Amino acid sequence: MSDINYKELLLKPIFKGNPVTVLVLGICSSLAVTVQMKGACVMALSVIVVTGLSSFVASLLRNTIPNRIRIIVQLVVVSLMVILVDQILKAYAYSVSKTLSVYVGLIITNCIVMGRIEAFALGNKPIPSLLDGLANGAGYGLILVVVAFFREILGSGTLFGMRIIPQSFYDAGYMDNGLIILPPMALILLGIIIWIQRSFQKDLQEK
Amino acid sequence: MEYISLFVKSIFVDNMIFAYFLGMCSYLAVSKNVKTATGLGIAVVFVLLVTLPINYLLNEYVLKPGALSWLGESFADIDLSFLSFIVFIAVVAAFTQIVEMVVEKFAPALYSSLGIFLPLIAVNCAILGGSLFMQERDFVNVGEATVYALGSGIGWLLAIVTLAAIREKLTYSNVPAPLRGLGITFITVGLMAISFMTFMGIQL
Repeated sequence: MSDINYKELLLKPIFKGNPVTVLVLGICSSLAVTVQMKGACVMALSVIVVTGLSSFVASLLRNTIPNRIRIIVQLVVVSLMVILVDQILKAYAYSVSKTLSVYVGLIITNCIVMGRIEAFALGNKPIPSLLDGLANGAGYGLILVVVAFFREILGSGTLFGMRIIPQSFYDAGYMDNGLIILPPMALILLGIIIWIQRSFQKDLQEK
Repeated sequence: MEYISLFVKSIFVDNMIFAYFLGMCSYLAVSKNVKTATGLGIAVVFVLLVTLPINYLLNEYVLKPGALSWLGESFADIDLSFLSFIVFIAVVAAFTQIVEMVVEKFAPALYSSLGIFLPLIAVNCAILGGSLFMQERDFVNVGEATVYALGSGIGWLLAIVTLAAIREKLTYSNVPAPLRGLGITFITVGLMAISFMTFMGIQL
């Protein structure tokens, strides 16, 4: 167990084994919060914290959890972390937590969290599990931020609420693309991201 | 009349998949053929239909601020709403476990066709999402919560069966290699969602 390659552990989930585009985990919440950069960044941070910490705790407990009820134990660990994150958001960033609404709670059923606990944390020591959780959360967050970037800049011409496309463009007849704010475009954007990634990494292509 | 309106709305306008992206993971993973997709869809409808009213009652009589006042005056200002995530997920997980055991014991034929999906459902966002939306919307009684559960479950079933049918046809078409599989599925779902948007604003 001592020869774990930390660099590989940290970098693989971000590009080659990205949980969203390669393993198709955790799509549920990733699309709904990507209308604006602000919401997407907060969501990404929350997921990083939750995956990291719950992998860590689950790995600490791994030798004491009976195999039959492990799903329930994992759910309890994860929901504990999510409650902590939710309470912190409510206390320090109330408006953001209102826009994220139920999606913070839905981190509990985000398949990335459970998937990493099941696939990695239950068989490894706490520190590598923590790093694995953090890296997978970051891979997820990266996709979230990329999608949000395009949706916000094309949909409302802003980034983090600040105007990027100058007013003179609008005067010359430029218009925001209202369609891209609606839910379906998030799916199509994600499809295009997968397309681009797979045309560079031939080994990911399906037969 | 209100019930019918809520029912239709939760199937078409507030569709779990196309408007809120709930239950996306299993939606994409299990939609390769129509038969298994139908199985999972029915299981989701069933679990939603039972857990959502239970969670509604729990929210109303235990978790909401002041909900415990039926115990006595001194409990009137207790707010347990921060516990709602853990309570809801516990109900869902426990219920799926019970259903799995009951079905295995009394209906082995059903179990072999549906059984593998039941454990998956505990971590299906649509189930927990339904409960969380219920909490946010303040339904007036348990009937409304049940109708909402039925409607959104059927909406999910409809979505997964149609996607599975489309994907079965897609295997015969010539899709560019990098787009094959996941990529084209996402774009298909996006187009389906656009078509579902035509239902927006329907009033009964």
